[in-house]
Amino acid sequence: MTALPTAASPRRSASYIGDLILVLVQKEMKVRYKNSWLGYAWSVANPLVFTAVYSVALGIFLRLQIPGYPYPLFLLAGQFPWQWLSTSVGTAPMMFINNASLIKKVCFPRNILVASGVLSDAIHFLLTIPVITLAVLWYGFTPSWVWVPGIPLLAVAQFLTVYGAALAVASVNVFFRDLERITAIFLQVLFFLTPIVYPVASMPPQYHVWIRLNPIAPLIGAWQGLFLDGALNGSLVLGAYAYGVACLAVGSVLYHALSPRFAELV
Amino acid sequence: MNAIRLDHVSKTYPRHRHLTHGLKQSLLHLPDLIRRMKADRFLALNEVSLEIRQGEAVAIIGPNGSGKSTMLGLIAGVIQPQAGTVEIHGRVAPLLELGAGFHFELTGRENIVLNAVLMGLTRREVAQRMDAIVAFSGLEASLDEPVRTYSSGMVARLGFSVAAHLDPEILLIDEILAVGDASFQQKCLGKIAELRQSGRTIVLVTHDLRAVERWCDEAIWLNAGIIRQRGRPVTVADAYREELQREGDLAKDKNASV
Repeated sequence: MTALPTAASPRRSASYIGDLILVLVQKEMKVRYKNSWLGYAWSVANPLVFTAVYSVALGIFLRLQIPGYPYPLFLLAGQFPWQWLSTSVGTAPMMFINNASLIKKVCFPRNILVASGVLSDAIHFLLTIPVITLAVLWYGFTPSWVWVPGIPLLAVAQFLTVYGAALAVASVNVFFRDLERITAIFLQVLFFLTPIVYPVASMPPQYHVWIRLNPIAPLIGAWQGLFLDGALNGSLVLGAYAYGVACLAVGSVLYHALSPRFAELV
Repeated sequence: MNAIRLDHVSKTYPRHRHLTHGLKQSLLHLPDLIRRMKADRFLALNEVSLEIRQGEAVAIIGPNGSGKSTMLGLIAGVIQPQAGTVEIHGRVAPLLELGAGFHFELTGRENIVLNAVLMGLTRREVAQRMDAIVAFSGLEASLDEPVRTYSSGMVARLGFSVAAHLDPEILLIDEILAVGDASFQQKCLGKIAELRQSGRTIVLVTHDLRAVERWCDEAIWLNAGIIRQRGRPVTVADAYREELQREGDLAKDKNASV
């Protein structure tokens, strides 16, 4: 008989899944850039404008000082990874619902939709690394050779975290449509509870313990350390991976429990 | 050999498809909600048993809400039965409704790859079939234009062309033949006949009883989740027509007496 898949067992070979991810990521990329001649500029415009606004509002007007770094550079170091996370998780709730016509008819592994979305946001993030490099040089710092192993190392940890969270949110939102709104609000809260516009050091010591409960604090801290100091902090990297694996586990469990009924509910 | 076998398959859906009152109301009345959701279910298929032999072209007919789409969903493997078993032998290719799975900003060629890979082919297998798909669609001239510039007939052609070249052992067609111009419809029916001759199984859901009589070996009449009648297409289609006629007369009488 043929090696082709049947309805009961959709194709799961590594080469097929690879192709599926590839065409879906290609689609995302082409669609994002097709009708805008500024293309790449748009994907960095958002974090850059954000950084400029916060630099003026907090850095100049509120006179926030970060010991050791220019404030705009500190902002950028946390803002670019955050942008990836918030875009992926923010669009995840509608991921299955927007593909309803496919999910109702075709028996492909649905989690690949989420994986491809997160992966294309990851590629956008990696494309912004030159902008971070320029900013580092502009402020008289030097990019470190530690970036070479550090960026992939942290990108993998972030992929685990973001994919797990996105999978959980996308799956549950098929059943509880309110989750989309809740996710939007939650992301805003999370942004300000994570040391992105302020450093951990400026927090009153009694709050430091709470930072450990924030699943993305070690990750963002590790990115800041990498971009600003050219250093990988072992405990932060470990924390990022621990939360990454935990997010992936939660997302996978929810997905496997809920996905058999997607086609009835999307 | 059986291509499709349904054994006492039942499927119910909750009537509240999601929490229409929102999370807060639902959480406040959680036990009540669970009780209501458990009790209030819609029986889409009721202990349906069915065997479709390999190489048969079978039509499923019946009024809206009779369970036709649920049955296709079960065969496609996207819906799990509550009770009973579904056995499928062979690869299933569903023919999607107009433009589903296409991205309208991408070109026709890009959409062929996207669609075929979603349906289970690798990129290499798509490349091998690309020329045949393009030739069948007759869309060579607009293949590198975005699909948003296509007419709905052209989108339908593209969709059918991909589905027809997936080499499915079982092809599911859900009310799709009504689109496209007459010559392309002929081409589609020709392709379906060709697939049948090469031993493929075809399950067709349609309201077009003439097509059922002309193109199918067997018709299955579903009504309220059970098989009302199955047999030769002409016989079943006639019985179904009579029923529709009776219902139409009843409705007329009602209107007349008001």
